[in-house]
This record gives sequence, structure tokens and C-alpha cells, in this order.
Amino acid sequence: MQSARPITPSTLSVTDLPWQIDWDKDACTLCGRCTTVCPVNAIELGVFRKRQLATAPSLVEKTETKFSVFYGIRQRTDPAYRCVGCGMCNMVCPNNAIKPVSKPEAITHRFHMNRGGQPRTRGGRRNTNESLLDQLKFIRISMLTDPALDAGRHEFELRTLLGRVQSPEQGLTAITENGWAPPVREIYPLVIGSMSFGALSPNMWEGLIMGVTYLNEELNMPVRFCTGEGGCPPRLLRSRFIKYVILQIASGYFGWDEIIRSIPEMVEDPCAVEIKYGQGAKPGDGGLLMWYKVNKLIAAIRGVPEGVSLPSPPTHQTKYSIEEAVAKMIQSMYMAWGFRVPVYPKISASSTSMAVLNNLTRNPYAAALAIDGEDGGTGAAYNVSMDHMGHPIASNLRDCYLNLVKTGSQNELPLIAGGGIGKNGNLAANAAALIMLGASMVQSGKYMMQAAAGCLGTEGDRCNICNIGMCPKGITSQDPRLYRRLDPEKVAERLVDVYLGFDMEMRKTLAPLGRSTTLPIGMSDALGIADKDAAERLQIKYVV
Amino acid sequence: MCRLFALASREPVSPIVALNALNVMKEGHDGSGVGLFLHDLGGPFADMKDAPILSGIFTDEGLKRLDEFMHQLGFSPKYSLALTPQTAPPLGTPSRGTYLARAYDTPKNWATMTQEERELLLLSSRLELRYSGEEHQDMRVFSFWPDTIMLKEVGDPMAIAEYLGLDRPELAAGRILAQGRQNTNYAINLYACHPFFIQGVCTMTNGENTAFVPIREYLESRNITGYMGYQSDSEVFAHIAHYVTKKLGLGIEYYKHVITPLSEQELESHRDRERLLRIKQLCRKLIIDGPNCVIGCLQDKTMFMVQDRKKLRPGIVGGKPGIFAFASEVCGVNAAVPDRDQSQDFQPMYLDTAIVRPDCQEITICNQLDLLPRLH
Ligand code: SF4
Ligand code: SF4
Repeated sequence: MQSARPITPSTLSVTDLPWQIDWDKDACTLCGRCTTVCPVNAIELGVFRKRQLATAPSLVEKTETKFSVFYGIRQRTDPAYRCVGCGMCNMVCPNNAIKPVSKPEAITHRFHMNRGGQPRTRGGRRNTNESLLDQLKFIRISMLTDPALDAGRHEFELRTLLGRVQSPEQGLTAITENGWAPPVREIYPLVIGSMSFGALSPNMWEGLIMGVTYLNEELNMPVRFCTGEGGCPPRLLRSRFIKYVILQIASGYFGWDEIIRSIPEMVEDPCAVEIKYGQGAKPGDGGLLMWYKVNKLIAAIRGVPEGVSLPSPPTHQTKYSIEEAVAKMIQSMYMAWGFRVPVYPKISASSTSMAVLNNLTRNPYAAALAIDGEDGGTGAAYNVSMDHMGHPIASNLRDCYLNLVKTGSQNELPLIAGGGIGKNGNLAANAAALIMLGASMVQSGKYMMQAAAGCLGTEGDRCNICNIGMCPKGITSQDPRLYRRLDPEKVAERLVDVYLGFDMEMRKTLAPLGRSTTLPIGMSDALGIADKDAAERLQIKYVV
Repeated sequence: MCRLFALASREPVSPIVALNALNVMKEGHDGSGVGLFLHDLGGPFADMKDAPILSGIFTDEGLKRLDEFMHQLGFSPKYSLALTPQTAPPLGTPSRGTYLARAYDTPKNWATMTQEERELLLLSSRLELRYSGEEHQDMRVFSFWPDTIMLKEVGDPMAIAEYLGLDRPELAAGRILAQGRQNTNYAINLYACHPFFIQGVCTMTNGENTAFVPIREYLESRNITGYMGYQSDSEVFAHIAHYVTKKLGLGIEYYKHVITPLSEQELESHRDRERLLRIKQLCRKLIIDGPNCVIGCLQDKTMFMVQDRKKLRPGIVGGKPGIFAFASEVCGVNAAVPDRDQSQDFQPMYLDTAIVRPDCQEITICNQLDLLPRLH
């Protein structure tokens, strides 16, 4: 018998792990590619003992048992090195000899994910596939009462407004009296959600910006990209492409030294400024860039020392009261660009969203409200925040929209919805549903990583190691050995595919509803759901 | 599709002319109802242009309550046209009581009231009567406005005309809007029948407006008395016309820029680009999603027709100085003004607003690409 290895409380077996490696001895050529590529060192060279029966050819000799060794792959069972199911080993294996197998019932490892008193941190989204947005159906179909439209040939106005729109009365007065009116941008209703330079690799960023530029300049789709908190590369700040960018400022103010310094040299205004107060993936918690990812470049752009973790405080230091926060932050950001750039806050969906909204409607500068639901993604957060904190987007958005309707300001303050849009792949359907519930536009980051860059993360807790800088696809890593796997040109190409595909699916959704001249914001009569309580809560039709 | 017919004439014309035109266009509509708006009246009403006229349908009990109500408000009856049919109603039409158009002398304080206050008083009185009538099921009130009579009923338009004897001189009018069908898209209700009227502005529409719900929510949230009802998706067109012309003070040339604004490319080279872009943004919630054809009459007797680009079969305007007809089909215009120069007929396309000004002299075409009148 093998000598017993020390058994500690955290000694686990493969059967305790969520992803179990299925390795085929006969197909394996021992090339070693899988062990090299594994981002978490979950597999290693294994030396195995083998017993063979040597059957005697004659009666004289006796049959005997012989022992030998053979080499192969062994899965490590230390929870710190558990397999994350990314499947890279399979991707590089020339013989398809290895693959991770999901065992969702194996949960023992969860009790040990807090070594040294450090609970689990990770990237990704709330680990569940449930999605209310997927349950919403579009039920108002034009057939005989009015002709359905041809999604392929009809012209569709897939544009939305970002910025404070005055009431018709105020606006007309401003026109006739030549008064100031808040800046308003006409943009595509799917915005690439905030992902910072630092969270994303330089290649990923470059790819996204290239794709966005192509969409704008070649395809006439005014797509915008939000930077997240982490500044913006100096050359981009001083280029004309900055007009496609929404600059985010958050509680750590990372990168804003550089941004402020570049203002006099800017040739174009940025699209908008987003003030992040909260994020759906980790409401009430600040941003976090872990030290692994803070290399020289990131440190320079953010204006911090290298190799230190960069947590942003959960709240803005200047904030004493909501009125003050709204007034001070919004006004000072407006002032920075001479009142030519819309400024809006982003909050995590919460039962307190309405209070924020009410404050914004009273502030004539607030350009929008971005609400990020519990299913939003992140590059790094505590698992407990991701899985258990936050409010679903649908009802939160709906409440806010109906509140705007009550006060008659539904055209004045655009709502931007985010958090879990397209989490099961249904980007356009989810976006259309949110728009009909009252969103003026939607934001998505994670979907873009998945679709444009091939991110492997899922809500079945696959991969999700974006926080440690070991992203096997080079999307969220600052290690050149990893991010050179990602070709920016290909990311740009894929991003364009994603937008064109989205655009067609939007038309295919709106055409049967007979909508083409404006985005159907708040067209709740088109929505139904087979869940009575949800229907009542969202004030839409209950259909079975 | 509903069949629509409207007439602008210098000399008052019997509503039967309009109903005939509807009848000619009958192929394609089901004649399930009739809605009439009569303005610029001839006959005895011509001598009391400033007296507000209440029109509606009343039961006997309703008539009593009406008298009480109007008395309290200080309005005293001046002249009444009461149609109380003695025969059985035509098939499909319920027996409802008295169809009344009653002109009133205004209350004592009328002289000291501003025009706006007067208009509000007329509107809120009509609404109160409507609410109370709905509660007691004894009054249906369609309009309360000077020089204006309205009638709505279900059933075949010609049969109803005969039943009520609409061919009487008191009903001759210079501006007529007529429509020949009950609503279909939402629950059947007399108040859902076109045309829709508010404070001198009246429109009727055919087609379907798929942006109805957000527009309704927007109008309701304007906090403007009278923006209610919406039993039909078309009522919003009347209220938008009211909002644009009376609340925002814009000319009818702007109406189409609100409900169907120009696209980005079209605006690109427009000389009023800045202003139109702003108006498009400010009034974004009032953008309709058709196909729709709208015919309307404004407070100053201007009549107009517009349609959106999805309207496959546009309406048509034709006539001669002194009389012009607006119809959803050309045969309707032929029936009403046969002796016109047909080559001058006009079918407004998606950029056009066809306007017949109060002088009834000609059809003015306002194209959305044209320069607009200045704002003031
Ligand atoms: S699936 Fe990924 S984490 Fe698991 S062993 Fe393979 S490479 Fe390593
Ligand atoms: S592939 Fe990269 S970005 Fe995607 S979940 Fe894994 S580590 Fe995160």
C-alpha cells in the first residue's frame, strides 16, 4: 500500500472538485502542451505505477506479477490549484486526449476556498444561468391590422439619445432665445460596457477601439465604448477617435491626471463622461485591479507604483450627500469640457435607485442614469459580492422608467440598462426587451469579451480567473506571453460581426412589431411573460 | 382600414355630401359606425358663432342632469337642435335617446376671462359631463365648443343619416370630417370612434400607430387637461396636433416634423437642420410609427392631411377654389367635387403636408425639406 500522505482538513480528492480532468492514456503522446498551457497549473506530469501479469508460455515457468511505471497527466487536488474548466488543455492537445468534465454536484472544495482567511475572488458574473430577460416574449405582432415590415429592406432608425433632453417647452424657449441646451449625442443603443485599461490587455483594448472605429467610420454605426476606471492611453486621448469613447471616472480616479492634462490638447470632445458610483457585479464595493496585473504600462497610465493591488474605495471621497455628489461631480465634469460633454452617473441596481433617479431629474445637467443589474460582469471581485449582492435589472429599470413617466420626464433623462444582457447568448432579444421596458440603451461588456475575443468564462463557473492576470485567451492579462495570443485585428473583425449580427436581430425583432421610425423605448404592450407575478411586477401582459 | 372623408368649403354643405362620399368608398370598409365633425356651421347656428355648442347623446335622465349641471356653471341654453328619432334604430344601432346640439349663452364672468381660461372652462365642463355620464350611463358628450357639432354612433352611416335625419339645414357646415367605421384595434366604445376633438383641434386617422403606448404615456404625463381617453390608438394624433399648435405654439408646418421627423441623412443638408434636429429630440416621444394617414382641422379652420412613409396607399386632396375634399380614396373626392380639375389633385407623399387655409382658395403643399417659418 502506498504510504499515506498527510491528510489535513483541506486534503481533497479529484471527486471533490468542480472540474475533473478526463485524460486518455492511450491517446496521449506525452507532448506536455496541456501542462504548459494550463493557466492555474491544475495538471502536472504524473508518474503512475502499473501492474502487469506476465503469463508463462509453458507449464514449467510460473505466471508472475510485474510492476513498472508509466507517465501521464495528474490533476492536482489542492483547492488553490483546482482546475477551472477553461479547456485550454483540450484546445492545445493534438490528440484530443484530455478534457475537463463539469461536476456541479462536487461542492466540497467550496468549503476550502478561504485559505489564510482570504475568501475567494474571481472574475466573471453571478454563477447562475437563470435569466428573466430570456423569459420575456414579444407578443404584439403586426399582421393584418398593419403590415409587418421587411427587416431586410425597410429603413430602421436604430439610434438613441445620450444626454439630457429638455422638455419641449424648455427646449423651444432655448431655441428661440438662443439659450444653452445640454449636449445630446445620437448613438447606437448598444454601448460597450466599461472595461478598464488594466483589467483588459492592451491587445484587447486595441482590438475593441479598432472595431468601434470601423463601425463608426465605415459602417456609419455610432457605437460607443466606455473606458471603465483606469484612464485612457495618452495617444487615444489626443486623437480624433476619442469622440467614440465614454470616459469613466470612479472613486479611485485612476488615470484622471493624464486625462485632465490632455484636455488642452484634445482635438475632439469625448462622447460622454460616466461617473461610476456602483457596479452590478459588486454593488457597494469599489473597483479592484489586483497586483498581478499592475505592470509598468498600467502603472504609468494610472499614475501609481508598479505591482501593488489597486482597490478603489467603495465611495467617492468628495461625497457627503447625494445632492452634493450629483451636483458637484456632474457640474465639475461638465465644466472640464466647457459644458459640451454629457455627464451621467452609473449605479448598481438597488432598491435605492429611485432616490438617485429623483435627484437626477431635479438636476438640469444630469445626462442619463446608467443602472447595472446583479448579473453584470467584472474583472475582479469577491465571490460573495458577485453571487449574492445586487438587484435584478428588469424590475429596477422598469420602476425607474415608470417613475419618469409619472413625472413626465421619460424623454428627458435616458436610462441605460446593463447587467447580464446576452448572458445566455441572446443579446438582441435581451436588449430589445430592456428597451421596451424603458431603457434608452443597453451596455454590455462581458458579451463583447465572449463574442469578440473568445472569452471562455461562463456562469457555470468556468474559467473566471480574470483577476489573476492568467487569462488563457490573453483578454484580461497584462503578460505579453499571454496577450500576444490575442490578435487585435481579429478582435476588431469579430466586434464588427457582433454588431452587424445584433443589428439584424434587432430588425428581425422590431419589424414584426411594426416599429421602425424610433427605438421602441417603453413599448411595454409588446411584452409578455408566462409568469404572473413577474408580469404584474413589470406591468406587462401575462401570457400562457 | 377606415375610410376618411373631409371637406373644406366656403359655403356650408350638408353632411350628407360627406356621408355619400364615404358610401362611395364603402368597398373596403365595413360601415360599422359613423363619426362626424361639423364646424363653421350654416343655418341658425351661423348667427351665434361665439356661442359654445354642446353635442352629445342623452337619455331623458341625462337631459335633466345636463340642465342642472349647465345651470350651475352659468351657461344658459340659447338654441337647441334635438334629434329624437321616433322610428326603430337601424340594425346594429342601439336606441339611445336624444342626439343633442345645444348652443349656450356664456356665463356672466365670461367677459373678464382670458381666452385661455375660457377654453379651459369649456374643456373641463365637457370632461366633467363625460365622466359623470360614464358613471350614470346617461350622457355621452363629444364636444363643447363654439361653432362645432359632433356626432358618433355605431351602425351603417347611411342608415344612421336616415334614422337621425342628418339632411337638415341646421347641420350644413363649411368644415366636415367624416369617418365610417367603429374602432377595431381596442375594445369597441363610442368614445373610441374618430374624429377626435380637443379645444378646436380635430383629427381622424386611418392605419395603426404601433408606438401608441409610449405616446399615450407621454401625453398623459404632460399634465394637460383633456389628454385622456385613448380608447383608440388614433386619439393621440389629435392631442399631438393640439400640443404642437396650441401648447408649443408651432405652425401646422411643424406637425409632421414632430410625428414623422426627417432622418439623419435628410436633415444633413436641410437649411433648418439645427432647429429640426433639436425639435426631433425634444419631441422624440411623439414620433409615431405608422402606417397612418391623418386628416385634421385646426381652430382657425385650416385643414390638412399628412401621412407617414409606411402608408402604402396615401390619401388624396382635390377640389376647386371654394371647395376642397380630402379623402382616403379618390372616388370619395370624385363623389363630392366631380367638376374639379383632376390634374390638380394631390396625394401627399411621406414628406408632404397638404394644407387648405381658411380662405379655401388652394391646396398648399409643405414639404419637410422646405425652409420653415421662423419661430417666435
Ligand atoms: S481545463 Fe484549463 S484549468 Fe483545467 S486542466 Fe485544462 S487547462 Fe488547466
Ligand atoms: S478567458 Fe480570460 S477573460 Fe474569459 S473568463 Fe477566462 S480569464 Fe476571464
